[in-house]
Amino acid sequence: MHNPQLNRHGELTHLLSIEGLPQEVITHILDTAASFMEVSQREVKKVPLLRGKSVFNLFFENSTRTRTTFEIAAKRLSADVINLDIGRSSTAKGETLLDTIDNLCAMHANLFVVRHAASGAPYLIAEHLARVGRDDIHVVNAGDGRHAHPTQGLLDMYTIRHYKKDFTQLRVAIVGDILHSRVARSDIHALTTLGVPEVRAIGPQTLLPSHLGRMGVHVFHDMAAGLKDCDVVIMLRLQNERMTGALLPSAGEYFRHYGLTPQKLALAKPDAIVMHPGPMNRGVEIHSAVADGAQAVILPQVTFGIAVRMAVMSIVPGN
Amino acid sequence: MKIEIRNGRLIDPKNRRDEGASLFIAAGKIAGIGQTPAGFVADQVIDAAGAIVCPGFIDLGARLNSIEAELAAAVAGGVTSVVVPPDADPPLDEPELADRLVHRAADIGKARVLPLGALTLGLKGERLAELAGLAKAGCVAFSQANRPVVDTEALLRSFEYAATFGFAVWMQPQDHWLARNGIAHAGEVASRLGLAGIPVSAETIAIGTLLQLARDTGVRLHLTRISSAAGLTQIGKAQKEGLKVSCDVGIHHLHLTENDIGFFDSQARFDPPLRTQGDRQGLSAGVARGVAAICSDHTPVGADDKLLPFGEAKPGATGLELLLPLTLKWATAADVDLATAIARITADPAAILGSDRGQLGEGADADVCIFDPEASWRLLPEALRSKGKNTPFLGYEVQGKVRVALVGGTQK
Repeated sequence: MHNPQLNRHGELTHLLSIEGLPQEVITHILDTAASFMEVSQREVKKVPLLRGKSVFNLFFENSTRTRTTFEIAAKRLSADVINLDIGRSSTAKGETLLDTIDNLCAMHANLFVVRHAASGAPYLIAEHLARVGRDDIHVVNAGDGRHAHPTQGLLDMYTIRHYKKDFTQLRVAIVGDILHSRVARSDIHALTTLGVPEVRAIGPQTLLPSHLGRMGVHVFHDMAAGLKDCDVVIMLRLQNERMTGALLPSAGEYFRHYGLTPQKLALAKPDAIVMHPGPMNRGVEIHSAVADGAQAVILPQVTFGIAVRMAVMSIVPGN
Repeated sequence: MKIEIRNGRLIDPKNRRDEGASLFIAAGKIAGIGQTPAGFVADQVIDAAGAIVCPGFIDLGARLNSIEAELAAAVAGGVTSVVVPPDADPPLDEPELADRLVHRAADIGKARVLPLGALTLGLKGERLAELAGLAKAGCVAFSQANRPVVDTEALLRSFEYAATFGFAVWMQPQDHWLARNGIAHAGEVASRLGLAGIPVSAETIAIGTLLQLARDTGVRLHLTRISSAAGLTQIGKAQKEGLKVSCDVGIHHLHLTENDIGFFDSQARFDPPLRTQGDRQGLSAGVARGVAAICSDHTPVGADDKLLPFGEAKPGATGLELLLPLTLKWATAADVDLATAIARITADPAAILGSDRGQLGEGADADVCIFDPEASWRLLPEALRSKGKNTPFLGYEVQGKVRVALVGGTQK
């Protein structure tokens, strides 16, 4: 089956998912991001790689934080950035997703950064662009439903590589609501592609999707067992609405079993790092002492995120 | 009008006939097989050399969004009788609506239309529709299409009421609560793609409930669009125990699995969802054994309703013109002989409907399909009469082409 994010030469023309990306492509993005880290330290934080190009941030689902980091990344590449809060405009008037895309194509867009509540929406856009012969426009998935959040996955890999250097000796645990998490899926694909020998998923059965084993993941329901000897702990945000149905009884009970406290973290390796895609729910999935502790690398993740998004936005239009 | 169809291979599963024989038609009925009836002089001779002559197909489920085009599609696909589910807009819950549909179909004069009346008003699963009135207007059975009756007491009462009059009830087994948020089979693909899942238990739990209520009430139950191997096994067991329950499987579920969703291909969105390879094999084996009949589950969906993210796209595929080629393709893959395959879309559906059609015995209505089993054609939008061009098989080369369909002895 043709992978719609790669061109005939196997080069990345859209970033839709980490699944199916060759290891070299991921490594190339991380290496490119490393070269951009220096730009962020400069007095003038700009490189002219996307000068004259238009980046459209299409957020069909609200997210100030992710949109902001994409905006900063695009501006540091000297692109013109247009933010469209679609949730409140066109689609509210009944325009279809692809009508919106056609209109924006007519405005000479070069790159779409897409956030959508439906899994697969960026694929639909990429396939549409191919169908109407607009191979010059590129799509970067900024999170689609529960499916994928590839730039978050990549910045997580950047963070892990920064602190741990070698992927092939690591034990990585992902803790929490994996069922609803696009971040978890992207992390899992990235980690297994980069050769991490043991990826663990920790959570109650209600928050773990079926068939995780087929994705190369070891499942743990007991957090103490799951955290034992881990090098990296990735905590996931627990949405408040998960508490309203039958998935979980209460935030309190969740925290007692799956919240990351200093005591539980002590079961991991002494030099283990703690990551979180943000925004955090202190006292729900993570104790403040851990969130603010020496092992947390949550704020560096944000900084790396800008470099990684610069890398993606500079690589994709070149192919 | 007297017609002789000669030189064809006559396959009539109901009457266990598979031979080279001529078929004689007079006054809309089968007048003879093999031997020319006394005094028969054909007004028209149809040469069926190289073709199969068999009963016209009876499709147990086809939605007719634009009735003229879809009934033309039916006869183009060799389908001479079409069972129409009640989930039209508005739902078929009043005798006048059924009456209008039957008359409209008669005016168009293509395939026969056998409407299913709504079991409950507005298909809401609450208040009973006027079943006797609907039956009088031509409804052959009662159904909720793919809508649930959430209230089990309402379900029990509707079965009791239908049983009172000897009406059959057709239900698509799907537990409302387990299925309501789902868009794909709760399996590996849905987990990977981040699609909300519908577990097999949504089907098996509903089947359990429906079978139990059928036992208790004595209603004649037909279960539609079975999607799981476990579900079909359950029904097979009930049949063995002597319960009068029948079922059908949509033709796409005999060919496709969750893996065909690929990268969110909305053409592979079905209700019920495509399941695993094991389910597909179980369904195929069950259909081969005769536990279930095959139907097209024809659901024309406009391009705009498919050009949406997977979960927002309308489920279903065009099927009337694919019923024959996909049934033949299934027969080859499952190593099922031609007569058995044809039985699944002729004699078996007729038995489910309690109809005398679906066979070519003397005196039967001359609903006949003549098709070339070897002829291949490319499945392109322009090759379809149906307004629904939505198919996961678009661009495929398929085998089996209808030459002629006769309904009541008239060429359509």
